[in-house]
Amino acid sequence: MENTASDKVFNFFNYFFLTIIALLVVYPLIFIISASLSNPLHVLNGEIWFWPKGLNFDAYKKLFSNHDIINGFLNTVKYTVVGTAINVVLTIMAAYPLSRADFVGRNVIMGIFVFTMFFSGGLIPSYLLIKDLGMIDTFWVMVIPNAVSVFNIIIMRTFFQTTIPLELQEAAMIDGAGNVRILLKIVLPLSMPVIAVMILFYAVAHWNSYFTALIYLQNKELFPLQLILREILIQSQTSDMVKSTSESFLKQQMSVEGLKYAVLIFANLPMLCLYPFLQRYFVKGFLVGSIKG
Amino acid sequence: MQHANILEKKSEASSSKWTILQKSFRKNWELYLLISPVIAYFIVFHYIPMYGVQIAFKDFIATLGIWDSPWVGMKHFERFFNSYYFWRLIKNTLIIGIYTLAVAFPIPIIIALMLNEVRNSKFKKFVQTIIYAPHFLSTVVVVGMLILFLKPDGLINQIIILVGGKPIAFMSEPSWFKTLYVFSDVWQTMGWSSIIYLSALTAVDYSLHESAMIDGASRLQRIWHINIPTIMPTIIILFILNAGSVMSVGFEKVFLMQNTLNMSTSDVISTFVYRSGIEQAEYSFSAAIGLFNSIINFIMLVMVNFFAKKVNQTSLW
Repeated sequence: MENTASDKVFNFFNYFFLTIIALLVVYPLIFIISASLSNPLHVLNGEIWFWPKGLNFDAYKKLFSNHDIINGFLNTVKYTVVGTAINVVLTIMAAYPLSRADFVGRNVIMGIFVFTMFFSGGLIPSYLLIKDLGMIDTFWVMVIPNAVSVFNIIIMRTFFQTTIPLELQEAAMIDGAGNVRILLKIVLPLSMPVIAVMILFYAVAHWNSYFTALIYLQNKELFPLQLILREILIQSQTSDMVKSTSESFLKQQMSVEGLKYAVLIFANLPMLCLYPFLQRYFVKGFLVGSIKG
Repeated sequence: MQHANILEKKSEASSSKWTILQKSFRKNWELYLLISPVIAYFIVFHYIPMYGVQIAFKDFIATLGIWDSPWVGMKHFERFFNSYYFWRLIKNTLIIGIYTLAVAFPIPIIIALMLNEVRNSKFKKFVQTIIYAPHFLSTVVVVGMLILFLKPDGLINQIIILVGGKPIAFMSEPSWFKTLYVFSDVWQTMGWSSIIYLSALTAVDYSLHESAMIDGASRLQRIWHINIPTIMPTIIILFILNAGSVMSVGFEKVFLMQNTLNMSTSDVISTFVYRSGIEQAEYSFSAAIGLFNSIINFIMLVMVNFFAKKVNQTSLW
C-alpha cells in the first residue's frame, strides 16, 4: 500500500464520515435505553443527553403489571412460533421440487408464484376472501394468509441448486431411495445454514408485523404486541398535543412517558439480545438470495 | 412383451409435452404431492383475490356475493378520477416515491464504497454492526421513536430551543411529513441496503487498481473508474426494482405517521384504500382504486425494465 499525502487525507475523511454515520444511527437507540432507565421528570425536562439520570426501574415495573402489554407479548410469541413453523415447512415443500431439473412443470409453477410478486388483487378482495372464510378475529388469520414468501422460496431453491451436489441425490436414487427420503435424509441435513436464515427472516417479519392484525383483528385479547405498542406510542400523541397544567395530569403524563421508552426496549428485547450473534447469518442469507439478482 | 415395447417407442417418438408430464408425474409423484399445498395456498390467497377484483366493475352487495352483484362498468373508476382527492393522492404518492428514490437509493451505494476503502477490519465490523441494526426494528417502533424525539417537548425541539430557535410541531406540520418519512427511512435502511453493493464490490479486479496506481491515479479516481463500473449492473437492477415501485408507497409507515393535521401531504393511495374500504366498507370503490394502483405499478415496472434493456442491456428478464 502506498501512503501518499492525498491518501492520508482520503483516509481521514473516510473514517470521519463513517464514524459520524455510525453515531447518527446509534445515538437514538442509546437515548431510548437511557430514558427508559431514568426518572421521567428528567426526561420531560430534557435533562437526559446520554447517561440515565435518577436511575429507576419504575417504568419496567409498570410494564410488567400491564395486562395488555404482557398479553400482547405472549400473543406475539405464539404467532411467531406457529407462523414461522408453517412458513419454513411450506418454503421447503415448494423450494425442493422447484430445485430439481427433472421436475417437469417447474417453470410454469415458478411463474405462477413469481407473478404474485408483481401483481395482486389488492387489499379489498383479500379482505372479502378472509371474511368469507370466517377467519376474521381468529388465531389463524395471523399465520395462514402470509404462509409463504416467494422471495424466500427463490433463496432456498437457489441454495438447493447450488450447494447440494446432484451426484449425491442421484446415488441415493440408484440405491432405491424415494424423493421424500432424499429430501429428509440428504438435502435437509446439508441445508441447515439456509434453514436457520429462513427461520430468522420469517420470525423477524412475524415479530414486527402489525398490518395483518390491524385489518383482521378486533378482539383486543388477540392483539399482538405491535398493536399494543401503536396504542401506547402513536395513538396517544394527540393527547400530548393538548397541553394541560393540572397536577394529576402532569403526574399521569410523567409515568406514561417513562412507560413509552421502556416499552420500546421491551418490544425489541429479543432482537437486541440475538442480533449480535445472528448478524452474520442474516447477511449470509441476504447474499444467498441476491446471487440470483 | 415385444408388442408393448414397440408401443412405448411409438409414444416416445410422438412425445408430446403431455406424455413427458405423465412420465415425470409417475416418477416424481412425491414432489408433486409436496408442492401441491403451496400451489393451493397461492391459488386461494393470491389468485382468488385477483378473480375477486372484478367487484371493482360491480356494485358489491354482500348478500349477492362477488359473482352475482350487478355490473356497473367503469362507474367507480370515474368517481375516483373525478373526486377531489384524486390529484392529491397521486401527487402525494408520486412525490414520496420519487423523494425516497432520490435520497434513499444513492446513500447505500456511497456507504458501501466508503466501507470498501476501510482497511482496518475491526473498525469496519464495528460500523457495520451498528448501521445494520435498525433494519430489525419494527415500523411501529421507528415511528414511535420519531414521535418521541420530535414532539413539542422532545429531544430535537429541546436542542432547537438550546441554540435559540423556535420549537417546531414536526408531526402535525404538513410541510414536514415527506422529509421525516424519507429521512427516517434512510436512517433505518441505509446500512442493510449497502450489503448488496458491498458484496458486489468483492468482484473488483485488484490488478486494475495496481496498474491504475502505477499510472498515478488517486483513490477517488480509482473508485470512480474501477469500483463504480464494476458494481454498475447491480446498481441498475436495484434501480429498476425501486423505480418500478415508485407508485406503490407502503401503507404501514405512512399510516402510522398520519394524523388529521398532516393529511394534506400524507394521504397516499394505500391509506385512502384502507380508509374507504376497511373503515367505511365501500368495497367496490376502494377495490377499483386498488386495482388502478396495481395496474400502474405493473406498467411502471415493465416500462422501466424495457428502458434499462435498451440503454444498458441489463434487465430483470
